[in-house]
Amino acid sequence: MGIFDFLTQRNKNTANVAKERLRIIIAQERSTRGAPDYLPLMQRELLEVIRKYVNVDVDAVKVDFVKDGEHDVLDISVALPERNAMVADA
Amino acid sequence: MNMHDETLTSEPALPDTEATPAAVARPGKTKEKTLAEIIVVTSGKGGVGKTTTSASLACGLAKAGKKTAVIDFDVGLRNLDLIMGCERRVVYDFINVVQGEASIRQSLIKDKRFENLYVLAASQTRDKDALTKEGVEKVLKDLSDEGFEYIVCDSPAGIEKGAYLAMYFADRAVVVVNPEVSSVRDSDRILGLLASKTRRAENGERVKENLLLTRYSPSRVEKGDMLSIADVEEILGLKVIGVIPESPEVLQSSNAGVPVILDAASEAGMAYDDAVARILGEDKPLRFTTVEKKGFFAKIFGG
Repeated sequence: MGIFDFLTQRNKNTANVAKERLRIIIAQERSTRGAPDYLPLMQRELLEVIRKYVNVDVDAVKVDFVKDGEHDVLDISVALPERNAMVADA
Repeated sequence: MNMHDETLTSEPALPDTEATPAAVARPGKTKEKTLAEIIVVTSGKGGVGKTTTSASLACGLAKAGKKTAVIDFDVGLRNLDLIMGCERRVVYDFINVVQGEASIRQSLIKDKRFENLYVLAASQTRDKDALTKEGVEKVLKDLSDEGFEYIVCDSPAGIEKGAYLAMYFADRAVVVVNPEVSSVRDSDRILGLLASKTRRAENGERVKENLLLTRYSPSRVEKGDMLSIADVEEILGLKVIGVIPESPEVLQSSNAGVPVILDAASEAGMAYDDAVARILGEDKPLRFTTVEKKGFFAKIFGG
C-alpha cells in the first residue's frame, strides 16, 4: 500500500457482505433441495387461500419437504398473527 | 485391428435408455487388475478453471508415476486438447469411441511429455446427445481394463447431460470454485448433485468431495474485497484440497499448451503440485495464501 492509497480507500468490507448473502441464499436452497418443483406454486396458492380468512404475512406459510426414512413428508406450517390483528374473530 | 472387431460385436442391443442400476454396477473383479479411480473436475459455473485444473491434475498424477487418462466431456466445445497442447493430433474422439466407430486405443492421444499420460478429446461436431450413460460407462471400464490408475473427467459447465455424465461414475470430485458469489453458489448446487445424482449416491455411498479454490488473491482478501479460504470453507462446509493463486502464468501456460503445473517456477504450478500430492494422500501445508511481505520501497511507493 502506498502513502496515497488512503485517498482512494473506501471503508467497506464487501467480502463480508458476500459471505452473509451466500450464507442466507445457500441455506434456503439447501432446504428446498430435492423437493418437487410444484412446491413454490403450491405455497403461493396456499397463501392465497389462507389470506381469504386470515390476515397473514406473505412469509407466514412455510412448506417444507422432508424425507423421513422411506416416506416423503410435506410439512406445512402457518404462522397466525396476534389475536387482535385477526380479521375473522369468531 | 481386432480391437475394432470387438467394439463392433459388442455394439448391438442396449436400446433401453435407463439401464438397471444392477447392470450398471461395476463388476467386482475384472481379472486381477485394480480399478481406476475416476475423478471428475466440475464446478457448475463456467470459466472458473475446470479445464486448466483437469490438465494440471492429470499431468501431476502422470508425473507421480500413475497411468492417467484425461477425458474432455465438453462435447461441441472441445478445449482440453488446446490446454494440453495436442490439438493437432486429434484423430478420433470420445464420441467416436462411445458410438463404437473407433477403439479406445485408436482414440487416446499420447502425451508428448509423459509416456503414461493420455488425452481423450471431446467431439467438436457432434451434439451432446451422442453421449449415453452406457457408452460412457463402457469407455471408463475399457480404460480401467487397459490398466489406467486415474481417469480425470473434465466436466462441461452447467448441470446438463454432459456435466451429469461426467460426474455420474466418479469416485472423487474436485469442485473448482472461485472466491466469488456466483461460483460459490453454483458449487453448492453441484455438491448437492454429487450427493444425489451419481452412481455412488444411488448405491448409498458417497463421492469423495474435494474443494479446489482457484484465482485466489491474498492481497484482495486482506483488503476485504474477496472471500477468504475460511469463508468459502465455512459456507460450503468443506475443506479445500488446494488453493491456486491468481497468477499470470496460468494464461501464459494455456497460450503455450503446456499445463501450468509444469511451470515449476510459478506459484500456480507449485500450488497444483501440492494439490496432486494431497489427492495422493500426502499431508502438505497450504502455500501462497498470505500476502507476501513487501520491501521498503514497495511500501512507500505502492505497487
